[in-house]
Amino acid sequence: MLLITCPWCGPRDETEYHYGGQAHVPHPETPADLTDEQWAEYVFYRDNPKGPFAERWMHSTGCRRWFNVLRDTVNYEVLAAYRLDEPRPELPQAGGNR
Amino acid sequence: MTSTPLPEHPDFLWRNPEPRSSYDVVIIGAGGHGLATAYYLAKNHGITNVAVLEKGWLAGGNMARNTTIIRSNYLWDESAAIYEHALKLWEQLPEELGYDFLFSQRGVLNLAHTLQDVREGMRRVNANRLNGVDAEWLTPDQVGEVCPIVNLSPRTRYPVLGGTFQPRAGIAKHDHVAWALARRADEMGVDLIQGCEVTGFLKDGDRVVGVETNRGRIHAGRVGLAAAGHSSVLAERAGFRLPIQSHPLQALVSELHEPVHPTVVMSNHVHVYVSQAHKGELVMGAGVDSYNGYGQRGSFHVIEQQMAAAVELFPVFARAHVLRTWGGIVDVTPDASPIIGTTPVENLYVNCGWGTGGFKATPAAGWAFAHTVATGEPHPLNAPFALERFATGALIDEHGAAAVAH
Repeated sequence: MLLITCPWCGPRDETEYHYGGQAHVPHPETPADLTDEQWAEYVFYRDNPKGPFAERWMHSTGCRRWFNVLRDTVNYEVLAAYRLDEPRPELPQAGGNR
Repeated sequence: MTSTPLPEHPDFLWRNPEPRSSYDVVIIGAGGHGLATAYYLAKNHGITNVAVLEKGWLAGGNMARNTTIIRSNYLWDESAAIYEHALKLWEQLPEELGYDFLFSQRGVLNLAHTLQDVREGMRRVNANRLNGVDAEWLTPDQVGEVCPIVNLSPRTRYPVLGGTFQPRAGIAKHDHVAWALARRADEMGVDLIQGCEVTGFLKDGDRVVGVETNRGRIHAGRVGLAAAGHSSVLAERAGFRLPIQSHPLQALVSELHEPVHPTVVMSNHVHVYVSQAHKGELVMGAGVDSYNGYGQRGSFHVIEQQMAAAVELFPVFARAHVLRTWGGIVDVTPDASPIIGTTPVENLYVNCGWGTGGFKATPAAGWAFAHTVATGEPHPLNAPFALERFATGALIDEHGAAAVAH
């Protein structure tokens, strides 16, 4: 069970949250201009890295707010939790093993 | 059920050759699908200058971690075709490979607990029959006849309202399947190379011409990717993306028991799937963990939910003990159907996205993927499962029939 720190409520068990997949995926700015391939990218393609991953979680049994978590997908360590209006935090050694 | 002894086998079923500098075909991943692909490349297409590269040990990934359920009762025509082709191959493979891997056609029961389950199940039975797949709709009493230990009380939280039954479905001994395929592929000249991790791809423009590995550079005319949970990682190294998310999927076994469970029972709604292995362990599968992960382990609360469902459905299991739990990494696609075909990189082919249900498809995946790699064109069985479907919108939505929550 993961221990995730909600930016508003503090550390809580994973079972209080719902997962929302990759974070920082912006909606297309000009949707009408997208090709089918570009729509496919937006709708179906998400990063799937082995290592640090910025992802959305929702505190569904708490404050019910979305926020972002930086988590390692190999050892599942939660590296950071931050609000939606905050940028992805820099890791000491970005994108690699710590 | 427990009376059949496991077959004796020799010390070595395959050579362990050093990798050569060049092959006609390199397959990445010596799990069930990679081995089946190599077997059918040699058998159906006469291509034997083949290496199967495995970063760990042979069949040590999901092939060693699945719950060995084999069935073909999928909803859509495209899925029924490929999974039923697999089931027909399973029926002939023990004799063809000369290896009794204890394929036991004891049937699979998919329980319905809600009105929606009932409607979906009846629809699927009808779709299966139209596709020549054996399927029956069972009333709760008939469920009790097939599997007497299922709790049919109307007072449970989600009472059993009926179920679909595929009599030709069943289980097999997964390790032995891999060893049987490996032995025959090896005999026909395929090099099975363990401890050989692909770290990069050699390309000439948009065409792949080989792979970089921790054991040196290996040139290849064609490369087939059969790396399950690590498909995204390898695709990225090759310079393209896949619509895949890797999730942990857990399973567990109990200690050995006398035969009590005559079939395979799956329940989407309360979510557990159970069979009893030949030796006597109860084998149970859980749902995927919600988060992406490569750690080959999941969260314990997922196991807890699964056990709660198992004990409600099978009160007789209440005093059984969990002997061990484990996790594998499954490659989940948006429509719960696999991706088998060409990629944006010339001469590089992909077989992935089987998610939570790849074991049952092992022979057909190998059959179709070998055809694709050998000819450069998809087989009619895998043509609908092209990567392009995510742009055309021709998805093959099998979330209902996939039967594992994800």
